[in-house]
Amino acid sequence: MTAASSRRAALPELAKYLVLGIFVIAFLFPIFALIAASFRPGRDLMRYGISFGTLLPDRLDPKNFAELATSRDGVYLAWFKNSAILTALQAGLALVLSSFVGYGLGVYRFRGRNLVFILVLAVMLVPLQILILPLYKLMSAIGFMNSYAGVVAPFVVSPFAIFFFRQYSLGIPKDYLDAGRIDGLGEFRIFFLLTAPLMAPAFGAMAILMSQQAWNSFLWPLIVMRTGNMFPLTIGLNSLLTPYGNNYDMLIAGSCAASVPIIIVFFFFQRFFISGLSAGGIKG
Amino acid sequence: MKTASYFRSYRLVPYVFILPFLVSFCAFYLYPLIGTTFMSFQKILPGQTHYIGLENYRRMFSPDFARALSVSFQYTVYTILLLIPVPAFLAVLLNSGIKRLNSLYRAAFFIPSLVSVVVAGTVFRLMFAASGRAVVNSMLALLGSKPVDWILGGAWQAMALMVLVAVWRWTGVNIVYFMSGLQAIPADLYEAAEIDGAGAGRRLFSITLPLLKPTIVFVTTISIFGGFSMFEESYIFWQGVSPNNVGLTMVGLIYQKGFQLGDLGIASSIGLVLMLIVFALALAQLELFGFFRREDR
Repeated sequence: MTAASSRRAALPELAKYLVLGIFVIAFLFPIFALIAASFRPGRDLMRYGISFGTLLPDRLDPKNFAELATSRDGVYLAWFKNSAILTALQAGLALVLSSFVGYGLGVYRFRGRNLVFILVLAVMLVPLQILILPLYKLMSAIGFMNSYAGVVAPFVVSPFAIFFFRQYSLGIPKDYLDAGRIDGLGEFRIFFLLTAPLMAPAFGAMAILMSQQAWNSFLWPLIVMRTGNMFPLTIGLNSLLTPYGNNYDMLIAGSCAASVPIIIVFFFFQRFFISGLSAGGIKG
Repeated sequence: MKTASYFRSYRLVPYVFILPFLVSFCAFYLYPLIGTTFMSFQKILPGQTHYIGLENYRRMFSPDFARALSVSFQYTVYTILLLIPVPAFLAVLLNSGIKRLNSLYRAAFFIPSLVSVVVAGTVFRLMFAASGRAVVNSMLALLGSKPVDWILGGAWQAMALMVLVAVWRWTGVNIVYFMSGLQAIPADLYEAAEIDGAGAGRRLFSITLPLLKPTIVFVTTISIFGGFSMFEESYIFWQGVSPNNVGLTMVGLIYQKGFQLGDLGIASSIGLVLMLIVFALALAQLELFGFFRREDR
């Protein structure tokens, strides 16, 4: 590229980043507003909402955060703990079990393989929201209500993740498997020792999606969890909105703190995200 | 080592790998689906259940049903109209230029999707508060508008709120889909077009958009499913009870009938009808895009 043409290209580039910059500011504005508001007394928010005064505070008062641990006997900490346990269980199991199934569908030829794959695709098309009633009856029948198991059970095998891991493992060269077999490894050891590490980007991408889904799930825990001390953060925070007034002191600081862990997970696995998704063939 | 040799015969191994799916499929999809179908033909009261034929299907078509269907339908249409062009445009911008800056921007767009819908609802409810001093209303005041009561004001205000929350949360995710679609387009196509003298606009309409079609179809399909199964974006603003049902969606109606009024039969029939509607729309959309047509050129 000559100097003249690169100068000609520089102007549209600048305009492009200006446009992108405006979009980024608009999209990050609510996050900024959330953080700014969490340092304000709840009664101001109750009266005026988030105003420009909220965004440019004269002083930052960390009182709301300090009170998260103590107000209402520290129930916020219990919600936080529940969310952490539920996310670890659900995302962890979903990663292991779905990768297992997806890999099985991707590398082996066996009778019924196509049928199972069609079932996976079919299940992806049934919104689980439609099945909440019979699932609720099932969970009551087997005594899973108000328990971690009840919230997690329907989601420990994710059809989307199966589909994704299947696409990904299609690209694993057969030579890897054969090399393992010659070395005397069993099929399961081949998966755990040889091929699972090859699928690291897929695991990274799915780790983000599965943890995000588990950490933020709402409708199903709303139905399963019956007592305040078993609520995850989403349901607990939502319970602060009542017809008698909203507890904004706790709600807004609690919302802030609730978003931190999942954002950390994202930045931790981020480098796998796009590469993992593209290689998995989510191209439509 | 009999078991080991059996495993090595590969006959059993694949079935062990797919076992978790089969178990979960039977327990959490097939069984509930059959269960809900049965329930839709039953009148279910505590302690007694009896068959009433199509009665639930007759009773379900109430003004509430019409309202919920219309809210879900409008929500789906608006989210598709916004959540395809905007992320596609941003993805095209992010697909060239300074790599490091682009991935930083991409992460910024993705952050809202990490935040829970309850958190999103809290911030939006405060930014869109009815007071004239709240951020959105004070910006509108600069344009000469009176303060708008977004949450309790009426149907269009409610729809605007739900759609805005969806756009805020899902733009980043759709950008990721469009970017992986864009990265699958071979770079030499653009080079060839440039040599042939095609300008930026021509390249966009003759190369980028046609080759992004599979991604557009994919995003439209998931938007139809997501739009019609929407519940949270409404629940966070109205807790299930909105004035004149401005925020009542199809899944909201199922929740209301099934869990708040305890009428499991009618809730089941609504669920099944919703599933058929969603399937029909998704198939119609795929047909419209020529997904089922053979590409013979």
